[in-house]
Amino acid sequence: MAEERRSKLSNTLLPTESMKGIAESIGVSQMQEETCQVLSEEVSYRIKEIAQPLYGFHAQDFIPFRFASGGGRELYFYEEKEVDLSDIINTPLPRVPLDVSMKAHWLSIEGVQPAIPENPPPAPKEQQKAESTEPLKAVKPGQEEEGQLQGKDKKKLLEGSAMKLKPRSTHELSVEQQLYYKEITEACVGSCEAKRAEALQSIATDPGLYQMLPRFSTFISEGVRVNVVQNNLALLIYLMRMVKALMDNPTLYLEKYLHELIPAVVTCIVSRQLCLRPDVDNHWALRDFAARLMAQSCKTFSTTTNNIQSRITKTFTKSWLDEKTQWTTRYGCIAGLAELGHDVIKTLIIPRLQVEGSRVKAVNEGPIVGNIDKIGADHVQSLLLKHCAPVLAKMRSPPDNQEQYRVEYGYLGPMLCTHVVKARAQAAMQAQQVNRTTLTITQPRPTLTLSQGAQSSRTPSIIKVPSSITLPMQTLVSARPSTPTQPSPPPTKFIVMSSSTGSTTTQQVITLSSAQSSVTSTSPVTSTVPSLQPLVKLEGGHTQGAGPLSGGGGASRTMQKYIVVSLPPAGDSKTLTPSPALESNSATSVKLERADSPATGNQSPQPSH
Amino acid sequence: MAAVQDGPIELEPENEIKTETSNEVLGNPGDASGGVPPTAPVAAVATEKPAAAAADSTERQTLLAVLQFLKKSKLFESEEILRREAGLLNEIGDSQGSGVGGAGLGGGGDAEPESGDASSLLSRVAGAAATASANATPAPAKVTPVVTGGEDQPDVNVVLAAYSQQGDPVLYPVYYSGLKRFIDSVLDCHRAELSQVFYPLFVHMYLELVYNQYEKEAKAFFEKFHGDQECYYKDDLRILSGLTKKEHMKGNETLLDFRTSKFVLRISRDSYQLLKRHLQERQNNQIWNIIQEHLYIDIFDGMPRSKGQIDSMSGSLAGEAKREANKAKVFYGLLKEPEIEVPLDDEDEEAENEEGKPKKKKPKKDSTGSKSKKQDPNAPQQSRIPLPELKDSDKLDKIMNMKEATKRVRLGPESLPSICFYTFLNAYQGLTAVDFTDDSSLVAGGFADSTVRVWSVTPKKLRGVKTAGDLSLIDKDSDDVLERIMDEKTASESKNLYGHSGPVYGISFSPDRNYLLSCSEDATVRLWSLQTFTCLVGYKGHNYPVWDTQFSPYGYYFISGGHDRVARLWATDHYQPLRIFSGHLADITCTRFHPNSNYVATGSADRTIRLWDILTGNCVRIFTGHKGPIHSLAFSPNGKFLASGATDGRVLLWDIGHGLMIGELKGHTDTVYALKFSRDGEILASGSMDNTVRLWDALKAFDDIETDDFTAATGHITLPENSQELLLGSYMTKSTPVIHLHFTRRNLLLGAGAYNP
Repeated sequence: MAEERRSKLSNTLLPTESMKGIAESIGVSQMQEETCQVLSEEVSYRIKEIAQPLYGFHAQDFIPFRFASGGGRELYFYEEKEVDLSDIINTPLPRVPLDVSMKAHWLSIEGVQPAIPENPPPAPKEQQKAESTEPLKAVKPGQEEEGQLQGKDKKKLLEGSAMKLKPRSTHELSVEQQLYYKEITEACVGSCEAKRAEALQSIATDPGLYQMLPRFSTFISEGVRVNVVQNNLALLIYLMRMVKALMDNPTLYLEKYLHELIPAVVTCIVSRQLCLRPDVDNHWALRDFAARLMAQSCKTFSTTTNNIQSRITKTFTKSWLDEKTQWTTRYGCIAGLAELGHDVIKTLIIPRLQVEGSRVKAVNEGPIVGNIDKIGADHVQSLLLKHCAPVLAKMRSPPDNQEQYRVEYGYLGPMLCTHVVKARAQAAMQAQQVNRTTLTITQPRPTLTLSQGAQSSRTPSIIKVPSSITLPMQTLVSARPSTPTQPSPPPTKFIVMSSSTGSTTTQQVITLSSAQSSVTSTSPVTSTVPSLQPLVKLEGGHTQGAGPLSGGGGASRTMQKYIVVSLPPAGDSKTLTPSPALESNSATSVKLERADSPATGNQSPQPSH
Repeated sequence: MAAVQDGPIELEPENEIKTETSNEVLGNPGDASGGVPPTAPVAAVATEKPAAAAADSTERQTLLAVLQFLKKSKLFESEEILRREAGLLNEIGDSQGSGVGGAGLGGGGDAEPESGDASSLLSRVAGAAATASANATPAPAKVTPVVTGGEDQPDVNVVLAAYSQQGDPVLYPVYYSGLKRFIDSVLDCHRAELSQVFYPLFVHMYLELVYNQYEKEAKAFFEKFHGDQECYYKDDLRILSGLTKKEHMKGNETLLDFRTSKFVLRISRDSYQLLKRHLQERQNNQIWNIIQEHLYIDIFDGMPRSKGQIDSMSGSLAGEAKREANKAKVFYGLLKEPEIEVPLDDEDEEAENEEGKPKKKKPKKDSTGSKSKKQDPNAPQQSRIPLPELKDSDKLDKIMNMKEATKRVRLGPESLPSICFYTFLNAYQGLTAVDFTDDSSLVAGGFADSTVRVWSVTPKKLRGVKTAGDLSLIDKDSDDVLERIMDEKTASESKNLYGHSGPVYGISFSPDRNYLLSCSEDATVRLWSLQTFTCLVGYKGHNYPVWDTQFSPYGYYFISGGHDRVARLWATDHYQPLRIFSGHLADITCTRFHPNSNYVATGSADRTIRLWDILTGNCVRIFTGHKGPIHSLAFSPNGKFLASGATDGRVLLWDIGHGLMIGELKGHTDTVYALKFSRDGEILASGSMDNTVRLWDALKAFDDIETDDFTAATGHITLPENSQELLLGSYMTKSTPVIHLHFTRRNLLLGAGAYNP
């Protein structure tokens, strides 16, 4: 405690480098060390004097600085997100913020807080969790933690300890709650889909359902029990949707009711028959859905004490390994396992691909057994392919050889191979789509990104006036006060890349000397083109690229793009967009970014990750 | 602020010249009047100090008494010098020839009652206060060397320049740890009391080091010992830690607080003797001088206090209140309700029509008869403060109030009030203040974007009066002319009031619902008309942000307090304040009128609450015990008790008559922004930044205390640890800090706050 206070009150001073930096920024150079020392003491004191503790409300957000270090430098910066300018332009204007309004609700009625959406849930999730995991410590709402420390309460606890072993929880529902329960359950299993959606929405969002949770859980488990026997697929689906809604409700903690819910869900995954016409009805979807639910509850509730995940995994594996298991159950087991994640697929499913493949092969190529087995085998096959391909794509490195796959995975090998190839292609395509940013401007605070594809005709207005846009951007680059960590910045270098569609890329290096960065006071928005031109010195390269820069004839080359790329230091570029596009030149794209540490910069654009 | 802070500095040279003589003068009566032989020097100190350094009013009285004594003793020369010193020069001419009594009591030569006298002097005192206090302080300093027989007699300069005293800076930590060791070794019963000395001593020693430019030593001293201080001084210490150079001391508010006000400690005689003996044995003059010069030790006879007792009272910026500060009589009783004729049936009807709330008629018993009690012995004279006469509309409102009162729910632990919560949505600009009218028909909100908004919470919309042009068209003889002047076209559920140029921090409806007050960061208080929804007056007087304002329960007067550390009493028809209440050492953060309108309570960031007498302008109570800035105050409806809430999340209860803390309600985990007693005072509701409304059993809290004579005399209370028993309910909002609470006339609790997504 004392230590903590000590550190808080320690007499911190601003570093003298800051003084130097500030002095330089206003044109005073060559400050003496002593002067800086005195200044920093005085400034630190005054700042502390001003920075008094605030009265009233606190800001809940963090201060928007992020920290980065590398190359022996430490620095704080604003998180600068790349913003797509064309998106901004194309999005409709945001709505005018709503006016202040006042809403009344009952916080308490004669001492009891009603369970309405305006009030917080009667038992916060943390408390529900505490009740189910540590029943003895359970506290009733309104009771203070402090209260237990008092002698009186302690005595109470001792006297009633025998009774307290089982947590008391009231299961009496008020008339309104009973009505609600009736309405909701009827709507959930009723025939009107709109009503059902509303009811599920209510279950998923209403904060006051805590007390009804036991009823719901029983309703679901009994419902599954009955409807599995009757093979009523529709009702089973409705009930699983209820489970999903309950799990989605952020104010409920289901741990206490898993003993009822999990059997119901598992039933819907592995039951041999879930519908009246197994050859027609899509009970596979229900199995998939329930498997996802199972995986979700494993993720949320599995602990070292209840071991849900390992128990469930064991159950699935056991029946899967059983030779006599039906295709439907087999499908359910695989789905249930596959949903548990890549690791489970890798360790449990992939090693069995060969065995499972031969089983499928037996059905497909062997004597005709029956339509139902055929369908089951087909489903199992596509399920295995669907889940295993992405995992294999990650596990194995290309190239993918059909033969090799066949050797390793048997009957399913060749199909797996094509799936893996597809998966790889898909992944690559997604990555490429992400990287199609073409113009990135990083400026001290708000950030803009102009994005345009090679075929982009949707934002001609921006492209036609490159001088009015790109030049102010360059000011942004130059208009940067020298940071304390970088007392005398060497000339900042930027590479201007200009390219027409299909033509080769040209590169130019613009050097902005640091002496000119004393023009920092000029706001980027107000700066005019002529005043800026002297700032840009073009070194070598094509003059073609300079045309539009100087505001000259860009008319004929409408599709030309200009971007200044500054060179991020190798270690400091995590926030920058990876730019394979630049490397490959597939999309004409150019970037304009600030060099954080020009010392390490060089003149070739680096793809960074 | 300027007067308080700069006074002593400006006056320095003047005092240097004069103190020599004044010391003599003050020394004389001290010895003679007390009749204390020099063999009992401690007693002399004890009696002398309160007289010398008491609050302004006491100081005046003492001065006058001394003058009287001098006159009696025919020491005319001394009298004249003292008179001049005390800034009473003007009176000399008036009172020179007059009789002794006249000169002594009637400073102004007027035949006013004594209390009135004090207030009439106040204006002059304000200017001379600094002189007087500076003047008075040397007295103990003069006596001290006699007592200690010390070698280095402290010069007057020392007192004035506060810290110019030279000592070996290296020895400071030695002295301090020596004292620490000593206090650790004393008997348990004394240790708690003596430990109080640590904090003020630490601060003054540090400041002395800084003043004498031993920067390094000062820092080392701070580093070494600041961890020992009580945690509630953390904020002050943080400011102190930044202060390392003599130049910084100029204009530093915290520092000035320490220089202008003595840190007050209450210590039992035994403990004090122990400390004194130790310091004398060790020849530890450094510490002894600081104690003499900068601390005010209030010595009492009897058992030393326990740690708990001390902790409950300490925590304020300048130590505890002196016992004398809470001795003045406070008329906390309620004023007699005016006799209003029993509403006859037809009047009744009329009244209801007027209110626009048609109700079924019910023959009522004469409820007014039971209301008109005998005059409460603790109540002030009905005319002590001139109050505005009741208008007809006020009478109608009173009748309404009485009727509602008959339907009021009796609250108690078994029947808790229902709470209706008004959540302000989309208040992105920041809701800073809320107020309800007494009849709960209107709500006003003050916002950080400088706007004030008024809502109607009844179906009745807000209507302004028509424009002048439209008004001229009205038939003025028609019966419903009052209806006709209202503009239906612009009627709406809410109205915006624009005028402030800074965040609005406080807001208050007038009891007759015709006006609204708002105070703002722009240093003004504005009066708005709720007939025309325009600003009527901007009261300028504060120089800095105004944190709070409130109308008197009888209207007409209002109080405001702000960053300039003074509270001002205004009347709506005066553009200048009627009273200025000065004495707090930091921002005044909340202001509340006593139900009888004769007193106001102010809560401050210096962690004290003061009660001021409106008639005299005197501070009649100082309550210490909070460990953080105070943000809410509430008087019980019977006027006897005060509840206060602070950033420390605690609610403290005070007995105004006895000047005692009588309860502590622990439970909130963040600043308590709203406090309100139910209409009959059974329940105290508190609302906090921690998003909860809590209900407390006020009756039980007040019943449980036993204020025997001893407790009342010494002020040593032991608080019962019964917060849990008193807490009747805690209701959490979703994410809405509670910033205002209000009980309707039927005891429904209304809460308000802005949703904070």
